[in-house]
Amino acid sequence: MKFVDEFRNPEQSLALLHRIKATVTRPWVLMEVCGGQTHGLLRYGIDVELSGVVELIHGPGCPVCVTDMAAIDHALDLAHRPHVLLASFGDMLRVPGSRGSLLTARANGANVLMVYSPLDAVRYAESHPSEHVVFFAVGFETTAPATALAVLQAQRLGLDNFSVLASHVRVLPAMEALIQAPQNRVQGFLAAGHVCCITGYSDYEEFVRRFRVPVVVTGFETIDLLQGILDCVMQLESGSAEVHNSYSRSVDRNGNMHARDVIAKVYEIDTRVWRGLGPVDSGGYSIRRELQQFDAMHRFNLKAVAQNEINPDIALQARCRAGEVLTGRLKPCDCAEFRKACTPETPLGAPMVSSEGACAAYEKFHPRATL
Amino acid sequence: MNHLSDWSLNCPIPISADSERISLAHGEGARLSRRLIAETILPRVASAEHTAFADAARVTTIGCRLAICADSHTVSPLFFSGGDLGSLSVYGTVNDLAVAGAYPRWLTLSLIIEEGLPKVILETVLDSVARAARECRVAIVAGDTKVVPRGAVDGLFINTSGVGEIMDPLPPGPGAIRVGDKVLVSGPIGRHGIAVMSARGGFTLDAESVSDSGSVFPVVSSLRDAVGEHLRAIRDATRGGVSGVLYEWAQESGHSFALNEPSLPVTDAVRGACELLGLDPLYVANEGTIVVAIDADYAQSAIEAMRRVVGCEQAAIIGEVQPAGISPVTIRRSVGPPRPLDEPTGAPLPRIC
Repeated sequence: MKFVDEFRNPEQSLALLHRIKATVTRPWVLMEVCGGQTHGLLRYGIDVELSGVVELIHGPGCPVCVTDMAAIDHALDLAHRPHVLLASFGDMLRVPGSRGSLLTARANGANVLMVYSPLDAVRYAESHPSEHVVFFAVGFETTAPATALAVLQAQRLGLDNFSVLASHVRVLPAMEALIQAPQNRVQGFLAAGHVCCITGYSDYEEFVRRFRVPVVVTGFETIDLLQGILDCVMQLESGSAEVHNSYSRSVDRNGNMHARDVIAKVYEIDTRVWRGLGPVDSGGYSIRRELQQFDAMHRFNLKAVAQNEINPDIALQARCRAGEVLTGRLKPCDCAEFRKACTPETPLGAPMVSSEGACAAYEKFHPRATL
Repeated sequence: MNHLSDWSLNCPIPISADSERISLAHGEGARLSRRLIAETILPRVASAEHTAFADAARVTTIGCRLAICADSHTVSPLFFSGGDLGSLSVYGTVNDLAVAGAYPRWLTLSLIIEEGLPKVILETVLDSVARAARECRVAIVAGDTKVVPRGAVDGLFINTSGVGEIMDPLPPGPGAIRVGDKVLVSGPIGRHGIAVMSARGGFTLDAESVSDSGSVFPVVSSLRDAVGEHLRAIRDATRGGVSGVLYEWAQESGHSFALNEPSLPVTDAVRGACELLGLDPLYVANEGTIVVAIDADYAQSAIEAMRRVVGCEQAAIIGEVQPAGISPVTIRRSVGPPRPLDEPTGAPLPRIC
């Protein structure tokens, strides 16, 4: 298949693996920021092939995993209200909040709809005027423009029964938080290719100057990943720290100007609580005040819940070490609950649920002892 | 969730607001029920020998072992590329009988209809039931109709039971699978799941996936004739996909299954959709594709026997049986060492970005 097979070519992949091994004179610690990259690495066993050469720390780039539990609780609350329909992406529906997931809420009578696109939620609102449709919007800069378009579309249609529970997050501020954390071990970043499709990579230029770490914009196929790793270790070996674009078939320096315009039109940059990281300055997008009629927080008079107000007793929070996983301090397979209390059927936290979560990647691809 | 207005989107037949609809009275056993059965249902689906459905069908004496199965069918939307609920409810039961080693003979047909379903949709589905039954040479000999209040079911549910004659030689089943055996599939995988998902999601891709919904009896027969003595197990890879079948077989046989990704037959349409949605075709449902375990020495003959059947031209050897190892099912992809293939959990959900 075009645009897939050429980037999974076995001979080229082997050659790149050899080059990485030949380049490295000491083990390096890299972070792949995006969960899609984590899955690519584990699916093809690249982490195993490079063991002892490059340690890959799995970053927080899984939109579902970093969504704060308070946001999920707001979504659960809305889904149970009469005449409200809560729409979200399939991945989001299985993630546990402090009292179950949206899927269990649906089984208990809540009005929950899985959509493929935020515009589907707008269409549903248009054809069901007696219901109020709330789109639970999660994701990085990748999905933020689609949500923004949905808001603008609802505005154009004059819909009064559509709003967005926005939990969009911005990846660069999270990288800044990670690199400045006292226990940080990351020496180079594979930046998230799809996020950079939207944002471009000019913002990373300041980041590498400030923190002296190489950043390589990296794609998701085997060859993309290996090229990103090679570029990163070549920089580390030579002592340089620059932004390189190893995913140039999709990304340019300025990103997608149209998408960036739409983002600027609909959102303002805001502090956001990330699951695992806590509050991140400029770490999220909120709906602009001018568009607050489409902001579910405003429409339903919801209050932002501080992290410490969430019931700390619940077993789920106490036992799930998602925060350490998301910041690269704990490998999922080293968690005491992994494949024991925490499985895809009974996830203790989001990284086990999401198709991009690091724990789900280990559950999928990490060998088990025996049958 | 399903509103009457939605039905017009799902049915290839134009439906107007004043189309005749099924009401609760059609299920209450009185005149309307009788007319619905006599005028709409029986003329379409009843077999020549059973033109009226009695309380129970009396069928002929046959001198062999029987296989009996039951299956309830629901799909949303009712119509999708390559099939619909009607044909699905016949093929599903015929396929259960076929993979159990039986020659499908008789079906029962029970309809649970949501109040308000346009009659033309019911008729279209029943026509499809009849067509599929004729194709499979199976007689529909008994049935039942219920109408339930709006919202109690999603449009229309169909339950079919099937009775078939056991044919020899009978594959012994997964317990007989041995290390070294080969694993085969009869055609490209994941077509049904992706066809339904695209119909449901309303998204259109350049290449549309057409469901493989169809009878597997011809391919099972061809295998039985060619290599019947050497078959270990046959299953139709419905929900849970090929991976689901192999996980069950691993558990029952105590061995592990090693797949080779480059050998998997997958259409471009399914592959493209899976790449886009973050799914693996091995987990996606099929409705007319079988998985076969066979003695390695006869695998090539089995492939030739399958490829002689229309629709199975892309039958392939996809892996082999190994001693229990790192995982019940492993897969060697284009790059890297064999990795565990996860067991499917619930329906596959598309990814976010």
